[in-house]
Amino acid sequence: MTVKNKPSISFHMDVSDFLPAEESEKQSVDIMRESVSFWKGGFQRLVRNKLAMASLTVIILVMILSFIVPAFYPYSYEQQIRGSENLNIMEYSEAELARIEAGEKVFPHILGTDSLGRDMAIRIMMGSRISLLVGIVASAIILFIGSTYGAIAGYFGGKVDLIMMRIVDAIYTIPDILIIILLSVTLKHPLKSLAENVPGFSWIDTVGVGLISIFIVFSLLYWVGMARIVRGQILSLKEQEFVTAAKALGASHTRIIKDHLLTNCIGTLIVTTTLQIPSSIFTESFLSFLGLGVNAPMPSLGSLAAQAIGGMKSYPHRLLAPAIAISLIILSFNLLGDGLRDAFDPRLKN
Amino acid sequence: MVAYLVKRISAALVTLFLVATLTFFLMFLVPGGPFLAEKAPSAQTLAALEKKYGLDKPVHIQYINYMKRLIQGDFGTSLKLRGREVNDIIATGFPVSARLGAIAVCVAVVVGIFMGSIAALNRGKWIDNFIMVIATLGIAVPGFVLATVLMYYFGVALRILPTLGLNSPQHYILPVIALAFYPTAYISRLIRSSMLDVLGQDYMRTAKAKGLSQYISLFKHALRNAVLPVITYLGPLLAYILTGSFVVEKIFTIPCLGSQFINSMTGRDYPLIMGTTIFLAFLLITMNVVVDIVYKIVDPRIKLK
Repeated sequence: MTVKNKPSISFHMDVSDFLPAEESEKQSVDIMRESVSFWKGGFQRLVRNKLAMASLTVIILVMILSFIVPAFYPYSYEQQIRGSENLNIMEYSEAELARIEAGEKVFPHILGTDSLGRDMAIRIMMGSRISLLVGIVASAIILFIGSTYGAIAGYFGGKVDLIMMRIVDAIYTIPDILIIILLSVTLKHPLKSLAENVPGFSWIDTVGVGLISIFIVFSLLYWVGMARIVRGQILSLKEQEFVTAAKALGASHTRIIKDHLLTNCIGTLIVTTTLQIPSSIFTESFLSFLGLGVNAPMPSLGSLAAQAIGGMKSYPHRLLAPAIAISLIILSFNLLGDGLRDAFDPRLKN
Repeated sequence: MVAYLVKRISAALVTLFLVATLTFFLMFLVPGGPFLAEKAPSAQTLAALEKKYGLDKPVHIQYINYMKRLIQGDFGTSLKLRGREVNDIIATGFPVSARLGAIAVCVAVVVGIFMGSIAALNRGKWIDNFIMVIATLGIAVPGFVLATVLMYYFGVALRILPTLGLNSPQHYILPVIALAFYPTAYISRLIRSSMLDVLGQDYMRTAKAKGLSQYISLFKHALRNAVLPVITYLGPLLAYILTGSFVVEKIFTIPCLGSQFINSMTGRDYPLIMGTTIFLAFLLITMNVVVDIVYKIVDPRIKLK
């Protein structure tokens, strides 16, 4: 009886199966991928997402247009050019035509001018700057307050958690938009007097009372969502061994929260913050549209659209340009946020 | 159930009280009273006016007086629109706003569920991609942008739809589209994902295996389960419709509750600000409680706590 022709089902053991593996056999098992770090893996997934990369490009372009280009632009957003009122797209006024005749170079009004002779292109760029500023700064404040609050509630648990989360629930049930409108109207006056009368607060005037009150209002109400998400993550993270190890090594509560817990939910933090940006921009443009946001002469995409309604028939581009700008900004941030979520924190999907 | 109701309603009352108190004290941060119009009145007239409306008393007395009247359901008299009761302004403005809002909610829910189901049933085909592109755009375009652009194309450029007021059924078309577009987009995304989830469930296979027609298995089994997340979205939806109506009423010059609220803000009409804010807050909070209770009745898997 030969070993080779043994039936496929057999109770006899094959001695050759127990020989030490040869090098070639070992290599066939050794196909483990190179270990990929959290950041590297996330970025690889993000780069593969074409939609997210396209949105990122749009966002970078809008940022260049609104933060860098205005510094070199020949017109300023508040400069009223006499005789150049209500120009259409790429149109020149008589005075400007005369200057071109004389051989001077006159920068064209790419999107025309408004009824006060202000260049529309620079006003839209400045409006986008306000939108981006509001979105990014408000989200940063929300990130800071929400993650700290949520982390403290989740980490300490028990009664602390109960009381802190009751407060969050209470703020959650308050109809936010009513309070936002109310606050953005009422906060402007105390802020103004603070800037004028108290030394050391004059910076409020340079940033603009409208902007500061919007930051305050958003950060007062919108951090609760972030706090809830962070708390949920911390609740499960704090049971893990590395936290016990850190405690055993004598790390302080602050250190555990800061270096161990929050760094471990960095994916969630990035995604939630990115998705917060478009919703802040949304609310700011809404307030400005109603005339409750940023103060004149500072333009905002919302107030530019509101001003354009009157002359809609003759100058539709004045309405369409800020409308397209705001939709594009919100769309790109939404798509980028979705891409980041798929890349860094797929659990958040539902 | 009763314990749950008591808990929810008492929590809602506390929130409402907080909103009323907050609004009242915020009003006092604002300098420049309601009587400082273009023509400033003399000191005597001002004092007389303040005395008449009780604005000369200390803040806490005014607060107690206001709260006393509020409990009786009296919002006081408007300062700007002389002699008109705030209750009266709300009573005339609210039905118009409510009708517009209700139509928009119905459109959003029906169209959203329809589009979302179509997308889920044709997953990966062109119609799914098409609906999802529209839905993604719908979430990115703010209501005021859509409203103004619609007004420009259909009202000003093409002149096929009226753009001012709400006098005939045609007048409703543009404001309703402007209000309902965002929630429609949101609901269709919601329905698509929950529908895909449901279609993969075992009970759908069972329904197919026991020979139910596709029509019955879709409507009786799939849709009924897929619609549940939409009910949780109804609360935010109502809040969105309300804020959207501020903008839409301004753009289409519809004089009802939303525009009254915004005008009272800029005009510093204290009783009207208080009245509209508290009324709208009451509306939203009540709706949220109702939606929560409905959700728990519709989905028996959720226990009332």
